[in-house]
Amino acid sequence: MGEAIVVTSGKGGVGKTTTSANLGTALALQGKKVCMVDTDIGLRNLDVVMGLENRIIYDIIDVAEGRCRLAQALVKDKRFDELYMLPAAQTKDKHDISPDQVKQIIGDLKRDFDYIIIDCPAGIEQGFRNAVAGADAAIIVTTPENAAVRDADRVIGLLEQHRIPARLIINRIRANMVKSGEMLDVDEIVQVLAVDLLGIVPDDEKVIKAANSGEPTVMDPSSRAAIAYRNIARRVLGEKVPLMQLDDKTGMMQRFRKFFGIG
Amino acid sequence: MTGKQRIVIKGVKDGLVFLLDDRCGMDELLAELNDKLERSHHKLLTGPLVHVKLKLGSRRISEADKERLVDAIRQRGNLIVQSIESDPDPAEQPAGAGNLHVMTGVIRSGQTVERDGHLLLLGDVNPGGSVSCTGDIFIMGALRGMAHAGCRGNTDAVIAASLMRPTQLRIADCISRPPEEWMTDDAQMEFAYLEDGRMRIDKISRLSRFRQDPIVFKGV
Repeated sequence: MGEAIVVTSGKGGVGKTTTSANLGTALALQGKKVCMVDTDIGLRNLDVVMGLENRIIYDIIDVAEGRCRLAQALVKDKRFDELYMLPAAQTKDKHDISPDQVKQIIGDLKRDFDYIIIDCPAGIEQGFRNAVAGADAAIIVTTPENAAVRDADRVIGLLEQHRIPARLIINRIRANMVKSGEMLDVDEIVQVLAVDLLGIVPDDEKVIKAANSGEPTVMDPSSRAAIAYRNIARRVLGEKVPLMQLDDKTGMMQRFRKFFGIG
Repeated sequence: MTGKQRIVIKGVKDGLVFLLDDRCGMDELLAELNDKLERSHHKLLTGPLVHVKLKLGSRRISEADKERLVDAIRQRGNLIVQSIESDPDPAEQPAGAGNLHVMTGVIRSGQTVERDGHLLLLGDVNPGGSVSCTGDIFIMGALRGMAHAGCRGNTDAVIAASLMRPTQLRIADCISRPPEEWMTDDAQMEFAYLEDGRMRIDKISRLSRFRQDPIVFKGV
């Protein structure tokens, strides 16, 4: 019996889909059997980020309405044999599926997979209720901005009502801005949200490049964000991995400057 | 179920009223409620969204029992509990201390706690969350959201918090946005009070001076 983890945030644009894609891929890298489920019906993105858009035949609505079997709708990843994705429908909307139907589908998937990663749409309406219906645990994604932290707090409150335990990922941290006090720091956010921290991900341009080329960042070990996602996956598996040091990225030039006291 | 019905369901203009017997045990009441919802009134209670009022008579009910009732009704997707009313016998009201509510947890964005009497919260109030009550508010944690003490006009009410970082404070009708100078970095408990209709903040040790009710120790 696998575990279903919903990736959610409340606010849009903080990196839910990126996190889902990278966490799913990182778990597959660790040899787990993983299925990613896109519940953002009407605005599906996960397939694009994974580079699997052109392989979709059926979607989650087709499964819910009985037009196909669940196994037929699953799209196999091009890189891993044990990584699958259940795409959202692009032509319907959030009201065309009910929390009960999602719960049923997730329940079926849990029998065949170790991990189900559910990509939740932004907001706290029907789409959110669908996404959390079958989840055993939640990952809250936030960025170091007040608006995102507020929304994350709201979502954690809602998840508590559903009795779903939540852990936190702080995404797109810029070490230099945190240092100068222009950006909320990790401790501050964790103190307000009062949930366990699962990981921090530094802001990295390679993530954007990777998403556009349909290749999850986590495949590129030279990217710091990739290492961060791999660490997160290991923590999900129960390993103890220390948090990434954000400011060790001092290049040769900076060290040189520091040495002469001009940096 | 023989004999007297413990639950009477009435239709009113804007929904349904459930009249619950106030003498029988809570478990019997829940059993009958479930029975009514699942079986005998099953047909009546399906269909479009209906608002439900619960009238408990003179029964005193704990928050946990209240939740059990609401959960039972919520099982039927189309029933929405609008209000729970009870008018307990005033003679049974516990004297004095009964109106201090102790709560544990974080009040998060979008969540609201409203209580009659005083409130002791063991946890934080986050931005976007709010607590309001008719008496004093004591927060053993950080107050980062909104707090309203003396919400029915008691200007003697105070708001105390271990870490005072509110978005807004209200005492009775006075609404105050904390100025920057309140934001001391000292980790000490503070309280807000009204003086001549203006909001003030002071160290918690000064509260006894404000209240003017010193603790009297025997034999000292």
